[in-house]
Amino acid sequence: MERERLIIAEERFALTIDRLCQELIERYDTFRDTCVVGIQQRGARLSQRLVDRLRELQPDVTFLHGKLDITFYRDDFRLRDKPLRANTTEMDFLVEDRRVILIDDVLYTGRTVQAALTALNHYGRPRQVELLVLVDRRFNRTLPIQADYVGITVDAVDKAYVQVNWKDRDGHDEVLLFPDKSELQ
Amino acid sequence: MASAEDAQHLSTRHLLGIKYLNEADIRLIFDTAREFKEVINRPIKKVPSLRDITIANLFFESSTRTRISFELAEKRLSADVVNFSASSSSVSKGETLLDTVNNILSMKVDMVVMRHPAPGAHHFLARHIQANIVNAGDGTHEHPTQALLDAFSMQEVLGDLRGKHIAIFGDILHSRVALSNIFCLQKLGAKVKVCGPPTLIPKYIPSLGVEVSYDLQDTLRWCDVANVLRIQLERQEELRYFPSLREYARFFGIRKDLLDQLEKPILIMHPGPINRGVELTSDVADSDHSIILQQVENGVAIRMAVLYLLSALRPPSSSG
Repeated sequence: MERERLIIAEERFALTIDRLCQELIERYDTFRDTCVVGIQQRGARLSQRLVDRLRELQPDVTFLHGKLDITFYRDDFRLRDKPLRANTTEMDFLVEDRRVILIDDVLYTGRTVQAALTALNHYGRPRQVELLVLVDRRFNRTLPIQADYVGITVDAVDKAYVQVNWKDRDGHDEVLLFPDKSELQ
Repeated sequence: MASAEDAQHLSTRHLLGIKYLNEADIRLIFDTAREFKEVINRPIKKVPSLRDITIANLFFESSTRTRISFELAEKRLSADVVNFSASSSSVSKGETLLDTVNNILSMKVDMVVMRHPAPGAHHFLARHIQANIVNAGDGTHEHPTQALLDAFSMQEVLGDLRGKHIAIFGDILHSRVALSNIFCLQKLGAKVKVCGPPTLIPKYIPSLGVEVSYDLQDTLRWCDVANVLRIQLERQEELRYFPSLREYARFFGIRKDLLDQLEKPILIMHPGPINRGVELTSDVADSDHSIILQQVENGVAIRMAVLYLLSALRPPSSSG
């Protein structure tokens, strides 16, 4: 039944990751007072890939990398059919007076990012927060949240579903667009 | 995403006792508690998960640490909290339990944490009211959150409890901790033995699949964990179960020299409050093998997990 469309295939995927890394290097140079924070679980995977690549590109730079779980901060956890299961938060530093690069795979309604910003506040007061996403679904936002770095912009109707697959987990690095999320289990 | 076999929610709307949980429930509570333990070690130890929930703590029996632990857990989840203790309330004027609770629920309370001297008081309430109920101890019956935090603390040190030997020492007869511990540890696959004076071990214990021993040294040699219970003097007013505290300490008190004779170190646990010099000597309670204070820390995380998971199972109509 599914007629999914491939938006980013493997080769293009690597290029996009590279471009995002270069944009970050252009902006942050030596990454002083800067930390990279991926939103669990899918954003954390993207952040890991980006940090791995950044380390290859800039071997002399140390990157502060954290993974933030926002389950306890969601405003919808009791409205869902199934409660969300929490993931591990791996933040062994404070964001106090640091520049934070917040990372998620798909920016959709903006609610995840809102929850992440609340969660981030519990680790101190960051000097600045920027948002990086692999996929920006720009017409589906319900909150005034925009990304600073975007892998690809997708115009899709609300019932569509964007899925990011990872080579080490799903076999391929790719981004897929499904026309109807209710058909996915 | 978590794999499909992982339970996403509890199989019950109330935590009345460990007896009514299955193994998946217990593991889900542990997994969630692990995340909350990280939360309570942050500079800001608070998450907004329960900000729209009001919780009533009804304590019809005295309690210090359990009440504080629950209250902290509730506040760290951003819930609104009302406290009620029987000594200063209309219960002393003769109001029934159901009336008291219904009065409190009319003020729009979503969850009830209750300690009550009567076993089964929670079951009675669960049949009659909408709110989620958490048992914080019912008489000598169950104390589920204590058992969960005990097993969680053991697991942190020992890993999976399957096949591990856990011994429960002391006053099994009057202890709600003992019964909940037995249910919880058995559901996690551990082997359980109880040890104490014959007068303090109820006759039904072997029917639960639990071994009984009256020999302290023998049991210490057998076990990986010694969960030592308090001698509940307040429940022994009319009937004396052993001749004197001194004699109890002589035969069932755990001393440093007994532990030194063992081939392997064992974990020492105690739900508190400790009668120092009776069930445990001070040098044992304060030794490296004692995880008594870790139990207290884990208590807050476990209670946060229980409240969080139960709050997801509120009936939709009761929100308000």
